[in-house]
Order: sequence, then structure tokens, then C-alpha cells
Amino acid sequence: MRPCGVFDERYIQDIAIVRTWQHWLALIGALVILYTFPFYGSYYLISLINLLSILIIVILGLQIVMGYCGQISLGQPAFMAVGAYTSAILTATYGISFWIALPLSGLSAGIVGMISGAPSLRIKGFYLAMATLAAHFVIMWIIMHLKITGGIQGLHPPPPQIGNIVLDTEERMYYLIVTMMVISTFAARNLFRSKVGRAFVAINDNDLAAEVMGVNLYYYKLLAFFISCVYAGLGGSLWAHYYMVVHPEQFTFMHAIWYVGMVIIGGMGSIPGVFFGVLFVRLLDEIVLFSSPMLSSLFPWLGPGPGAALGLSAFGMALLLFIIFEPRGLAHRWEVIKESYRLYPFAY
Amino acid sequence: MEENRHPLEVRDLYLRFGGLKALDGVSFHVKDGEILSIIGPNGAGKTCLMNCISGFYKPQQGEIVFEGKQITRMPPYKIAKLGISRTFQNIELYTGLSSLDNLMAARHIHMKRGALSACLFFGLTRREEIEHRKVVEDIIDLLELEPIRKKLVALLPYGQRKRVELGRALAAEPRLILLDEPMTGMNVEEKEDMARFVLDISELKGIPIILVEHDMEVVMDISDRVMVLDFGHKLLEGLPQDVKDNPEVIRAYLGAGEEEEE
Ligand SMILES: Nc1ncnc2c1ncn2[C@@H]1O[C@H](COP(=O)(O)OP(=O)(O)O)[C@@H](O)[C@H]1O
Ligand SMILES: [Mg+2]
Repeated sequence: MRPCGVFDERYIQDIAIVRTWQHWLALIGALVILYTFPFYGSYYLISLINLLSILIIVILGLQIVMGYCGQISLGQPAFMAVGAYTSAILTATYGISFWIALPLSGLSAGIVGMISGAPSLRIKGFYLAMATLAAHFVIMWIIMHLKITGGIQGLHPPPPQIGNIVLDTEERMYYLIVTMMVISTFAARNLFRSKVGRAFVAINDNDLAAEVMGVNLYYYKLLAFFISCVYAGLGGSLWAHYYMVVHPEQFTFMHAIWYVGMVIIGGMGSIPGVFFGVLFVRLLDEIVLFSSPMLSSLFPWLGPGPGAALGLSAFGMALLLFIIFEPRGLAHRWEVIKESYRLYPFAY
Repeated sequence: MEENRHPLEVRDLYLRFGGLKALDGVSFHVKDGEILSIIGPNGAGKTCLMNCISGFYKPQQGEIVFEGKQITRMPPYKIAKLGISRTFQNIELYTGLSSLDNLMAARHIHMKRGALSACLFFGLTRREEIEHRKVVEDIIDLLELEPIRKKLVALLPYGQRKRVELGRALAAEPRLILLDEPMTGMNVEEKEDMARFVLDISELKGIPIILVEHDMEVVMDISDRVMVLDFGHKLLEGLPQDVKDNPEVIRAYLGAGEEEEE
């Protein structure tokens, strides 16, 4: 999307992500703010960005398989758990470096995800959602019953280390997490201006046409699950070393719904949509948490802590409203706003 | 070898749906660079034949040989890779994508860079994108799609969609094109354009084209040969003029021709 009067003279300009100097300025500005933030940001905001960034990595993965390739998956928290536990076991139990454990957790989650995604070769939509949900419960059951995962107690992975620097504070983890988030975003963005990304979109849009144009549906559906779950696994690994604890309660069925909700609210098939979705749902949660003590004092009959239930209802309500009134999500709103900027000053 | 002189050879094809014989022992071939039209009343089995060639239907008997290779029960994506491309009677485009992206998606079989390289998108992948973009832009020029190249297919009128679909089939750089009723539902002007494009493609690319079409006038004008199907049988094949004058064709066609529309 460009302002009026900017035209592409060469194809290389047409496919570039960043096109005008205003774009470059905005991008560099955003990166500078992001990377200097720990110097002036509050502790609360830094930890919030840490959490949001991990979620963004995981939801980017879900966006790839669900928003782009059209294969609904309720297994994302379980795949995240596979990554988190792989990383925790490798570092805490076997003393392997985090920097080796991180890619391996992506890989293990990718493989488990690909196997769980195999039913997509046969079934679609609601049935696939059920199949991935089943995968979620099977994976979580296995994790809870294995010795090596520490059962209900979970594991305590150590913080990552660069040379002598131990990344054990919010600020230090911040750089690692944010860098991973930035790389993940660019990788996802690039994927969708290549053969692979286009094949995913083609399968989602019209699988019959995709097949007749030479797309091997089996291969690309499994690849979509694989890539999606590598994202989940990487996010899971970061999660494990950021919180320095992993246990099954962190990866529940409820999270699966939340994640799918983030994709829908943000906008299916949109990378900015991932940011909008994660931000919206988290902010909603923060607002509810914030206002819940006040609500308790205003309406004593609600009891002392309506927070949890209220958060869920607010989320459910938002999801419902989006599905009815803005099924293309916040990303679509954003496109509309950008479009009016593009036509400025010749709006019509 | 001797037998496989022609790009496409279909021998003794049988396709049944339960008791219905959709194709009942059909044999024919397509010669190098020719436009072969297949005509016949609705339900004659023309689309079924296309679907067998492109791999969507698996015939119970018979064989299909493309450039000397057995493709009879191959999955569609492999057949596409071998160089057979097609359009559909009911248009099967990616409606959520622009015309340009629909054509770019057709370059799939010629692109080599995998997922990892794509995620990094430096150098090689980008150079590949640009090379393929050039091929696609040439087709956009040929089919006069410039005004709609960035338009979403979902927003295009029917006639233009048919043209985009032809462009997509062409963007795969096939060595055989199947066109299933590319002119149905078009007005006279659009039909003329489409006929011109089909002739242009045939002339420029020199690839054989199988054209399924109802409009007898167009068929007689642009085909090198015509084959007539009726109830899954091949009634006859020959030069347009011979087919046109054949009394059997006139009977079969005029007998069931009235309810031609979808
Ligand atoms: N998938 C299918 N299942 C059952 N019958 C089919 C199927 N596809 C086509 N047929 C039948 O096969 C016959 C030939 O159809 P078709 O090839 O579409 O005819 P046309 O010559 O009009 O393209 C018709 O009687 C049609 O009902
Ligand atoms: Mg038909």
C-alpha cells in the first residue's frame, strides 16, 4: 500500500515489503524504539512486551497453518508444550546449552505437529479441529504421565547464557525474545512472497485448482503444519526459559481457544493481524484484571474475584462480535485506514 | 515408440459411475500443434474425458499416454508437472487473490526455492521471483489483462474470470492445454476475443489444444479437427467441414441441443 503517485518501475520494487522512504523511516523508527525500550520503559511494560512477543511467535505459526493454509488447528498450545519440554529436558536434565536446545525444540515440535496434522490429508474444517484437539489431549496426557517431564510438578529450566552473561532478568531476556520475534515476523512475511506461501494460500482458496496447477496437497499441508509448529516450538522454548518453569497447566485446551481467537480477531491470513490479535486479546485481559477489584466493590454479589470468569466472558463476547461484525478482523480495518491514506489527497 | 508419435494418445477409455457409462471405450489422439475440438450434447462425457486426462477421475479401463508416458492413474499434481494444464467449465480460480497472483501461483511447478530459502528471501529466491514475474507479465500482455492484474478475482465479471483462468493455464507453460467450455456464458464480443486468444496461443506457442465448446460457429472456425461425443461414445472425428455436414451429428446435436445451457 503506497501513497498516491508512487509507482513501481521494476518488478523488484513491486514485490518489496518496504517500499517508500516513509516505510523505511517507520520500520527503522519502530526497531529503534523496540531495542531501546528497556532503557526507559517500565518493568511492567517490559515484561508485557516479553509475553506478547512470545505469543506473537506462537500465533504467527498458527496464522500460517490456519489463516493462510486454511487448516484449523486447536493443537498449538500442545505443540508449544512439546517445544517447551524439549528445551527444558535438554537443558535442565542433560545440561545441554540453550542455544542448541532452542532449534531442537523447534524441530521436535515441528515433527510432532506434522504427525498430528496428518489427518488434514483426509478431513477439513470442524472435523480437523476435532482431530487436532484430540492430538492436544494425547500430547498433554503423555507429558503428564512421563517421568522425564516431571509430571504435574513440571521442570525448572535454567535461564539462557551468552558467555558469562546470564539472561535472568526481564531486560536481558527482552533482547533475546524481541529479536526472535522480529526474525520470526520477517521470515513469515517472506514466506508469503514465495512459491511455498503461495501454495498454502492456493490450497486454502481452492484446493481443486491448486492440485491441477501442480501443488502436491499432501506435501504442502504437512509442510504448513511443520512450519507452524516450529514456530510453536520456538515460542515454547522461549517461554520455558523466560519463566524458568514448565508445567502442564501452562498449555491447556483453553489456551487453544484463546490462540484461535487471536487469529480470528486479528484477521485471518494477515501478518499484521497477528500483532493486532495478540495485542487486543491481551489488553482485554489486562483491562479486565485491572477493573475486576473495582467491579467487586461496586457489585459485592459478584464475590471477591470475578477476574477469571470475567476475562473469559469478555473474550468470548469480543470473539462473537468480531465473527458477526468484522469477520476479517482488525487487519481489515487497518487496510481500510491505509487505503484512505493511499488515496490522500484524492480521496473519493 | 512407434505408437507414441502423438503428444496425447487415449486408448479405449471406460469410465463408469455405478450403472452410468460416462465414457464407453473412447479412443483418440491429439496431433502436434493442433486445435482439436470436442463437441457433443450435455452429458455426453466431455468434461469426464477432461477430468480423466488431468487425473481427477480414474478410468476403470483404458490408458492415457502423454508424450510417451503413462499418465492413466497419476495424481493431478504430477500430471500438471508433466505439462498438462487446463481450465474448468465452472471456473476454478483463487478468488481471494489478484489476477496477477493467480498467474504467479501457476508458476509453482517451475519454481525451485524451498521453504527455508523462502523465509530468508535473499538473493536466490528473490531473483527467482523476478524471473517468473517476467513470464507472467508476458502472458498478461498477450491476454490483455493489464487493467485487472491487481484486481481481486472475486470482484471480476464472469467473462474476465474466464480469461484469467486461461492466463493461469498458460502461465504454467504447458505442452498441452485443455479448455472446457471457455466461451460458455459469454457475449458475442467476449467470445470473439476468446477465440482470438485461443488462436494466438496456438500460433505463438505451437502447443496442442483440446477445446470443448458448444458454440458450433466458433468450433468450425478455429479447429483443425473435431471429435463428436455422444453418450460416452465417439460418434466420429474429422475435419470441421466433414463433421458439420454429417447427418448423424446433425441428428445427435439437434436432438439434444436445445437444453444446452447450464
Ligand atoms: N462425479 C460424478 N458422479 C456421477 N456421475 C457423474 C459424475 N461426473 C459426471 N457424471 C455423469 O457423467 C455424464 C457425463 O457428464 P459430463 O462429462 O459432465 O458431460 P458433458 O459432456 O456435458 O461435459 C453425465 O451423465 C453426468 O451426470
Ligand atoms: Mg461439461
